[in-house]
Amino acid sequence: MSAPRKPSDPSGLERYYVLTGGRSGPGGSASSLDVATLVLARAAPLPGMQHEHEEILRRCRDPLSVAELGAHLGLPFNILAVLLSDLLDAGRVEARNPIPAHDAAGRGPDLALLEEVLSGLERL
Amino acid sequence: MDLKGFDQPGGRAAGDTRSVKVMIAGGFGTGKTTMVRSVSDIKPLTTEETLTQASADVDRLIGVGDKTQTTVSLDFGKIGINESLVLYLFGTPGQERFWFLWNGLFKGALGAIVLVDTRRLESSFRAIEEMERQEVPFVVALNVFPDSSNYPVEEIRDALDIPEHTPVIAFDARDRASSRDVLVALIHHLKERSAVALEPR
Ligand SMILES: Nc1nc2c(ncn2[C@@H]2O[C@H](COP(=O)(O)OP(=O)(O)OP(=O)(O)O)[C@@H](O)[C@H]2O)c(=O)[nH]1
Ligand SMILES: [Mg+2]
Repeated sequence: MSAPRKPSDPSGLERYYVLTGGRSGPGGSASSLDVATLVLARAAPLPGMQHEHEEILRRCRDPLSVAELGAHLGLPFNILAVLLSDLLDAGRVEARNPIPAHDAAGRGPDLALLEEVLSGLERL
Repeated sequence: MDLKGFDQPGGRAAGDTRSVKVMIAGGFGTGKTTMVRSVSDIKPLTTEETLTQASADVDRLIGVGDKTQTTVSLDFGKIGINESLVLYLFGTPGQERFWFLWNGLFKGALGAIVLVDTRRLESSFRAIEEMERQEVPFVVALNVFPDSSNYPVEEIRDALDIPEHTPVIAFDARDRASSRDVLVALIHHLKERSAVALEPR
């Protein structure tokens, strides 16, 4: 089921190990990231920054979902989450999670939001 | 996370943008990828996920000799609802037996659409069961293939043991308007549930 990779690194693990310094994610500040979390850069890339960090900052000048970012960078979620946690910790990106189905009190999504989604869909 | 007060260098208050997510589930070959493709504003993309057993040991590098982890691909698309709201659609991996590994699979979702191929009802049993178990609100969409028999919807509801209040709709996953209508039905269903929840007992 996993995507085909370069024969020199059949599992892709070596590349990921290098990218993340051997850390696995998501943990810490990235533990609540969702595939639909929007990421937004709040700072410009710095010279000498890790290439992937720079790419993330460049691509997230406008809010972009974690899933889209992963697809564009060719990185699986867990690896991307590690890279994002670095940027979150450094205050270089902001992350906003999708609006959930239930709030902490177990209430469903608010009707105004659902109406908003409906009117958008009806315009399709 | 709070994004208030943050303006992009371009002056754009991008922090106002919000997202919602809807899952497209259903058995093998029921039309999940086709539906995502039909309604998405962007060319559908694929993201790779490592499904990890809940609270698994995070110090271990992904996938190395760990039987509780598996990699799956998710198709996804997006629909711009308005300038500040984006809806993301995620087609779940066909192998429902792995879903339990993925703690957050449905967590942030407003709801789900379960696709059913009426020629092979049994292929979507597991998806429906999972929705119920994880308490994800859903609608059932019958993807009509050319050689599908025209069973009355109620017969299919019985065969699949779908609760009374859960909508069952026939549609064509290849058609944008038809797929859009299924999404609309899901949102109506969510509205009804919210309204019921708000009623005093
Ligand atoms: N006639 C007809 N064919 C369809 C429809 N939806 C999907 N198909 C075809 O059915 C096949 C399976 O559709 P997919 O969208 O790949 O199904 P899937 O659920 O993503 O399949 P997996 O990811 O393999 O589980 C494809 O060949 C589609 O072209 C439909 O509404 N009508
Ligand atoms: Mg598919």
